[in-house]
Amino acid sequence: MTENSTPAVKDNMREPIRASEINPKFKYELIKQHGSEKLLKCFQCGTCTSDCPVARYSDSYRPRTILHMAKLGLKDRVLKSDTLWLCAACFTCTDRCPQDVEVASVIRVLRNLAAEEGIFPQVFRDQCESVLESGYAYKIPDLRIKKRDTLGLPPLPKGNPESIKKSLKGVKFMKHMENKGDSNAGQ
Amino acid sequence: MPGNKYLIFLGCAVPYRVSAYEISARKVLTKLGVELVEMPEFNCCGLPLDPVSHETMLILAARNIALAEKEALNIITLCPGCAGTLKKVNKILKEDKVLREQINGHLKESGLEFKGTITVKHIAQVLTEDVGIDNIKKAIVKPLTMLKVAEHVGCHLLRPKEYIGFDDPEDPKILRNLIEATGATCLNYIDETECCGAPSVGVSDKMALQLARDKLSHVKLVDAQALITICAFCHIMFDTNELRIEKLFNEVYGIPILHYPQLLGLALGMTPEELAFNELRVNASKLLQQISEGAK
Repeated sequence: MTENSTPAVKDNMREPIRASEINPKFKYELIKQHGSEKLLKCFQCGTCTSDCPVARYSDSYRPRTILHMAKLGLKDRVLKSDTLWLCAACFTCTDRCPQDVEVASVIRVLRNLAAEEGIFPQVFRDQCESVLESGYAYKIPDLRIKKRDTLGLPPLPKGNPESIKKSLKGVKFMKHMENKGDSNAGQ
Repeated sequence: MPGNKYLIFLGCAVPYRVSAYEISARKVLTKLGVELVEMPEFNCCGLPLDPVSHETMLILAARNIALAEKEALNIITLCPGCAGTLKKVNKILKEDKVLREQINGHLKESGLEFKGTITVKHIAQVLTEDVGIDNIKKAIVKPLTMLKVAEHVGCHLLRPKEYIGFDDPEDPKILRNLIEATGATCLNYIDETECCGAPSVGVSDKMALQLARDKLSHVKLVDAQALITICAFCHIMFDTNELRIEKLFNEVYGIPILHYPQLLGLALGMTPEELAFNELRVNASKLLQQISEGAK
């Protein structure tokens, strides 16, 4: 684990809004995506933020703010915000939203869009590389695999990276796995 | 499909770091008559990559389900993250024909197809629904009535409710009932259903540790002798980081973190050695001593 604490997070969410930043059609792009179909039902009650365990410790992560900015059409600002990556995906907001907006899934859709543009934390690159190399999200050391026998555990099935790569052909995100020079968020 | 025979889906975190969970889970399941069959092949469930690519997650999850369908057996997982992901994708692809065709298009070249013929369960669900609390109670030879412990169920075993489809995420009973079946008392504490922080590791470690610390301090407040988890990630978050949290916040917790099957295994008469207690980072010897003294 590296030390990358919260105060270092780039917070671009509170600067004044300029009309030129607004992309009024962004919300219609979002409601076509799986998971954020109900975004327009959000009436800004703030249940998501008040019940969010991360918001308790972060000065910048506020799911209500992110949803509101997405609805306003502040696309670039939301997608470039480091705070987007702080969600722990505990789904409390999703289960408690009185409007049935799948809040955590809306955050995920926004992250996916940022990732498509090459903005995502290093940890996801590492895990994706590992999946493409071994089938597993972590590089399980050979020693661990060998130790299974002495622990009385059956051998770990081999992953099938070639078959996985074939299955992932055509997935937009994969282009970033070929280009390692992309900028990273959340560092 | 045979009732108590399952394909075991290990996922990545269990073989990577928490062999004690796997060792103890295999032993108690076998003892309680659940037959485990190894998957000839599997890959990451997909969850870790969902934040960057939902499509990748869907394909990876569907691939695993398709591999299990070939074996014509239902899946049991030890990790709620894997269970949640595979359940969710199983439900989505069973219901959404268009998406299913799209995902099957990706799997086709590898000779795989998602058909929607199996179900996925987490170990807690198998113990509750297939083995049954009453049968667990009947199998107990060393009731742990001297113990007062706390539970940490973990988010993905419960939420989002729409996809998980059992228990109440606001007031969960599943792990509590399993703990009480061993004879131990399961204490209530503040924010019991809150996140351990593990998913934030790597993005903001400090945040993750703060969340875990919150939980530990609430558990300490009620004098729990141990914290019981049923998730690989939650366990790593508490067990591996407890000493680090103590140092960082200048506090002392000393709370052993047990995998539920370790607790159950003790009550079923297995030894701490058999249940890989030596793999735990937070020393549990005091707890084991309390158990042997209490049994006299």
